[in-house]
Amino acid sequence: MDHTLELPPEKRMTGVRKVKIALIAASIAALYIWTFAGISIDLGRVFSEQTLNNVTRVIPQLFQPDLAMAGNASLLMLQTLAMAFAGTLAASILAVPFGFLAAKNMMASKAANLLSKWSLDGIRAFPEIMLALIFVSAVGPSPFAGVLAIAIGSIGMLGKLYAEVIESIDMHIIESLEANGAGRLQILVYGVIPQVVPEFLSYAIYRYEIDVRSSTILGLVGAGGIGVLIQISTMNRNWDEVGMALLMIILVVTAIDYLSSFIRKRIV
Amino acid sequence: MTDSHVLQADNAPGLRAGNMKWKLTGLFTMIAILYAASFLYTGSSLADLWNGLPTIAAMFAQLFPPNWGYAGEAWLYLSETFHMAIIATTAAAVVCIPVSLMASSNIMQEQRVLYHLTKQVMNILRTIPDLLLAVIFVGIFGIGAFSGILALVIFSLGILAKLLAETVEAIDPEPLDAVRASGGSTLQVIWYAVIPQILPQYTSFSLYVFEINVRASLVLGFVGAGGIGQLLQRSISFMDYDRTMMIILIIFLAVVLIEYISGKIREAVL
Amino acid sequence: MIEFNNVSLTYPNGHQGLNDVNIQINDGEFVVIVGLSGAGKSTFIRSINRMVTPTEGELKVDEENILPLQGKKLRSLRTKVGMIFQHYNLVKRSTVMKNVIAGRLGHTGTVRSLLQLFDKEDRALAYTNLKRVNIAEKVHARADQLSGGQQQRVSIARVLTQEPRVVLADEPVASLDPPTSHQVMQYLKRINKEDKITTIVNLHFIDMAMEYADRIIGMRGGEVVFDGPVSEVSEKTFEDIYGRKIKEEDKVGGDEHD
Repeated sequence: MDHTLELPPEKRMTGVRKVKIALIAASIAALYIWTFAGISIDLGRVFSEQTLNNVTRVIPQLFQPDLAMAGNASLLMLQTLAMAFAGTLAASILAVPFGFLAAKNMMASKAANLLSKWSLDGIRAFPEIMLALIFVSAVGPSPFAGVLAIAIGSIGMLGKLYAEVIESIDMHIIESLEANGAGRLQILVYGVIPQVVPEFLSYAIYRYEIDVRSSTILGLVGAGGIGVLIQISTMNRNWDEVGMALLMIILVVTAIDYLSSFIRKRIV
Repeated sequence: MTDSHVLQADNAPGLRAGNMKWKLTGLFTMIAILYAASFLYTGSSLADLWNGLPTIAAMFAQLFPPNWGYAGEAWLYLSETFHMAIIATTAAAVVCIPVSLMASSNIMQEQRVLYHLTKQVMNILRTIPDLLLAVIFVGIFGIGAFSGILALVIFSLGILAKLLAETVEAIDPEPLDAVRASGGSTLQVIWYAVIPQILPQYTSFSLYVFEINVRASLVLGFVGAGGIGQLLQRSISFMDYDRTMMIILIIFLAVVLIEYISGKIREAVL
Repeated sequence: MIEFNNVSLTYPNGHQGLNDVNIQINDGEFVVIVGLSGAGKSTFIRSINRMVTPTEGELKVDEENILPLQGKKLRSLRTKVGMIFQHYNLVKRSTVMKNVIAGRLGHTGTVRSLLQLFDKEDRALAYTNLKRVNIAEKVHARADQLSGGQQQRVSIARVLTQEPRVVLADEPVASLDPPTSHQVMQYLKRINKEDKITTIVNLHFIDMAMEYADRIIGMRGGEVVFDGPVSEVSEKTFEDIYGRKIKEEDKVGGDEHD
């Protein structure tokens, strides 16, 4: 080859870009320094002989579920499913007004719009188990506290998703109904509802999936379901019982996910 | 032809097809029965709610005013929560790269067994609630942030690997051919043709998982796995409701702030 | 030299990609493969760098049978035999430079390439090759900011950076308009002459094949049905290869120049 080799010119960067990159790098570095300086982990204790003993005792037991507990565990799992169902259903209905209030194309008042949007965001900020902890101290340790936590917690997400569905409907249909002289309620029933129901239903079922997952652990703070078994068994260090609960959760959650996506595919 | 316009009210069709009506009725009956059953089964009733209302109201009244002086201690525990979420997200983001490649059918064309195995293990991992993982790790490693971090890593790995594997499966396969055709090894194909294509989504998913981890780490303290959760539980069980309110406020602010910042960054990278 | 001895390829679904192909391609030749789509052109080309693997026969590149090659040896064959694709196959989100330097991957250790530690010579080679195809000013641009013709030139620079002895081009101009196609073909012809790189190109435009080829190989149904210097080729030859009358659309491209 008779071509003389030549190095490429350096990449030219504007000053602003350089500063920007330096700033980003510095803030990431600062974040990690803050993290590793602040975290207190006693590695000596984490990797102690006791841990080793625990590993050899806990893990084998987890993988040998106590089959004698299967009946008890199924009953509690059923309770979990019931808690999630009652909670999701209540939320899926209560979220409807929130959804309409939060949808831009349904509300003339911007204030009402923002207010409901914010309260939905506010609810979503809190994990359901935190709500459960609060409700347990309010109504006592019972599955009912769990249902309340699930119901309130689910309104946040469902309300937001409903609002998005409502905002994406075909407004031409509404216009043509208006042109026919339909009243507001008639427009709602004949123009809006038919367009949103399948998606609402699909989201509610999806939320049920999530709620089944989260209600499995509500029992850890006393709010009923299979979590109660986990709490008691861990306290007594009966890891084979925890293993049974774990197995039950994996099986049921997988089944519910499968069922739910099967149903949702048929709806939409 | 002439009488075709005569109105025949007797056999005018309903608004819904006949069997649709039955289907809907069946569906609603089923939902109603399930609802009744679950209410009975969970022992919850509206009467309970009614009877409980005064207690709930009394509790809520005690939540105000928040104990502002408690903010300092609450912040201390909250920062531990952040540290846990940051470390866990970083670890999961690193580990998820090989794992998600192993769970992508287009990368694992020849190693089908490994692909199915990885995918199934990830599927199972995703069904285990974060708090249950925390309970187990606390049982093994003792009370503290380390157990919480481990729980978060495993929990977020399942989510991250699934999201990333879906992205990898959707990439343009042609550049991979090009690198392969110029003599690149499997690692080089991944580094030069796969990674550049998934980088924006990778950043976005990692931030999304960070949001999830912040939220999850708030409650890990309930089972002794570190962070602000233990403070919240303590204040509630001692009925220090003014402190509880302060903690709730600070959690709320933190979550909203984190989601806002993370959302902005994700918009910028995608 | 590339030598096909009784090479056949049957795909797992039973489709016969190549059927008893016997042919020799000498160093420095510019060969164009023509035939209808599905005639086996692509399979023929992709056998030479083992992107597909023939199921029977013997395929020699520089006296070595390449069919049993695996792992490191296969990769070293591929560094010797470069390839250009119909859809350019650049990583759209990466810069032009990173795409071109990828041509050095086969020559660079895995660890060093993962750390992106390429020799100064490698980077200079990449840049010089970009200059040869007149696209050096885009060196730091992202590949998705380039037009189709520009992307194909970048992919030529990538293949040059690999310093191959053979270049395979699988329908390199099928996604380009006629003027841009001629430009790309001229670059291919120039590197064939200047660097003595054996060049094998799949084309489906007759006029373009006639204009650039030294030698034409015609394929139909996985078999070689014509092989000869371009001077022996007439319209009748193409009708024999295609097994039908030549249509106007087979000739697109004409003799336009840039």
